[in-house]
Amino acid sequence: MAGPTPIPMPETALAISGLTVAYGSVPVVATVSARFPKGSMTAVMGPNGAGKSTLLKAALGLIPAVTGEVRAFGDPVARSMPRIAYVPQRAAVDWEFPARVIDVVQMGLYRRTGLFGRLTPGLRSEAMAQLDRLGMADFATRQIGALSGGQQQRVFLARALAQGADLVILDEPFAGVDAATEAAIISVLHGLRAEGRTIIAVHHDLSTVTAYFDRVLLMNRRAIAEGPTASTFRRAAVAEAYGHQLLTAIPA
Amino acid sequence: MLDAVLNALILNAGYNAALVGLGAALLGLAAGCTGAFVTLRRRALTSDAMAHATLPGIAVAFLLMAAAGGDGRNLAGLMIGAGLSAVLGLAWLDSLSRTRLPEDAAIGATLASFYGAGIVLMTVIQNLALGRPAGLDSVLLGSTAGMLRGDAITLAIGAALTLGLLLLLRRPLIMTAFDPGHARLMGVNTDLTDRALLLLTLACVLLGLHVVGLILIVALLIIPALAARLWSDRMETVALLAGAIGAVAGYLGAALSVALPDLPTGPAIVLITFTAFALSALIAPRKGILAQTVARARLRRAAISGRR
Repeated sequence: MAGPTPIPMPETALAISGLTVAYGSVPVVATVSARFPKGSMTAVMGPNGAGKSTLLKAALGLIPAVTGEVRAFGDPVARSMPRIAYVPQRAAVDWEFPARVIDVVQMGLYRRTGLFGRLTPGLRSEAMAQLDRLGMADFATRQIGALSGGQQQRVFLARALAQGADLVILDEPFAGVDAATEAAIISVLHGLRAEGRTIIAVHHDLSTVTAYFDRVLLMNRRAIAEGPTASTFRRAAVAEAYGHQLLTAIPA
Repeated sequence: MLDAVLNALILNAGYNAALVGLGAALLGLAAGCTGAFVTLRRRALTSDAMAHATLPGIAVAFLLMAAAGGDGRNLAGLMIGAGLSAVLGLAWLDSLSRTRLPEDAAIGATLASFYGAGIVLMTVIQNLALGRPAGLDSVLLGSTAGMLRGDAITLAIGAALTLGLLLLLRRPLIMTAFDPGHARLMGVNTDLTDRALLLLTLACVLLGLHVVGLILIVALLIIPALAARLWSDRMETVALLAGAIGAVAGYLGAALSVALPDLPTGPAIVLITFTAFALSALIAPRKGILAQTVARARLRRAAISGRR
């Protein structure tokens, strides 16, 4: 924007407007707009193939969008990147990679070390503290392939914490993890929210949405409903997103 | 014969043998370290296609230099031709990969067509009897016969530059190999990092042209890394170990090739890297076959005595 007073939207952590993403000629995300207020914790929900992961990856510029604009903290997302952390699906990486748990967490410090910077004792202990926050301090020198799925997810979250980001975006953080890990992750995420940080997570478990998240974005290629969980996570909207399979557990 | 091998090993076989041994060791060091990153970024086959794609460029460079009345075997000229040809091969591979062709098929097609074109051109050169082509075919399987002091210095400088660049770029290289999406969000230019890795690989291929040859250089890139991977779970250690294994294999292979003049250097070096890998697979702690057998037997005994 060239104007002398760009319109700031400080209350919005992430604003997606009219985002369209296509694989080949098939649109997987069709003109989706969504706003994620600062300090909120939003579940992105929808059936398999609804384009949830694609939406978030395109919002971060990891895959190209056809059209649309994405702003984070009022700035184009590329400029706000240092304030954003992204936790991919666990299956996105090769866990046989020769790295220890602490090495992965330290990758979250790259913006502060850069090419040449030394990993100072201060930075090292910071990485350890993030591991400790997720109950993983004892595993610091373990090879990452020797971890369980839940432990791997915790390591990924610790790497995101090490970045000190104000906006944390997670792709299915609870997929294939045990109850203890789920509880550990959710308590850390709620802690982040209490610090005023913003959380966006692709989520699949309809039964825990209300307990975990204060906002919901329901989508199926297009955005279907968006807003506070209590008023948005309703039978009609969920049925529309999931294709009218009757969901009696959800308030009408 | 044993005397000759031993002599070569302790650099007693003369000035040229010492030169060749050191040159090959430096090459092995650079290729081993680079290869650790190449395998983790899953570019092993790409590096093989790149190496084979150098051949048409080598042949054309020879023809141009011979036609201009110079020595067709000028190493710098051959390297320039090889480099250009490899870049062309990579560009071709890149455009093939953008179609729906699976990547391994695209790599196979590129490798075979460039190598085929190169062999045709080499045949033409042999039949033309132009510009003393004798020894040019050493770029295929490597040879220690023609190595000069200048070549060894080229190898030393090239290896030093390669290692320096690896040291400089190790963090972005590791992050890009492990999780490219995360690396990009952390401000790493992953496209540039990938290109730098290809450039480093190309440097190893070019440096290895006369020593190992273009057909087998892929082995010096990959096998030391595979062996090293069995000994360590830390990327930096894996890279250094791979470099060390490559260096020893380069040195021993060159010595062997000096002592047995009919043995091309490339195959000698490759067989030694493979020996290092086989030994590692057998005796490496935890991941080695012996260690795993012992561990399993112990578990079984514990399970049986627990049942009693």
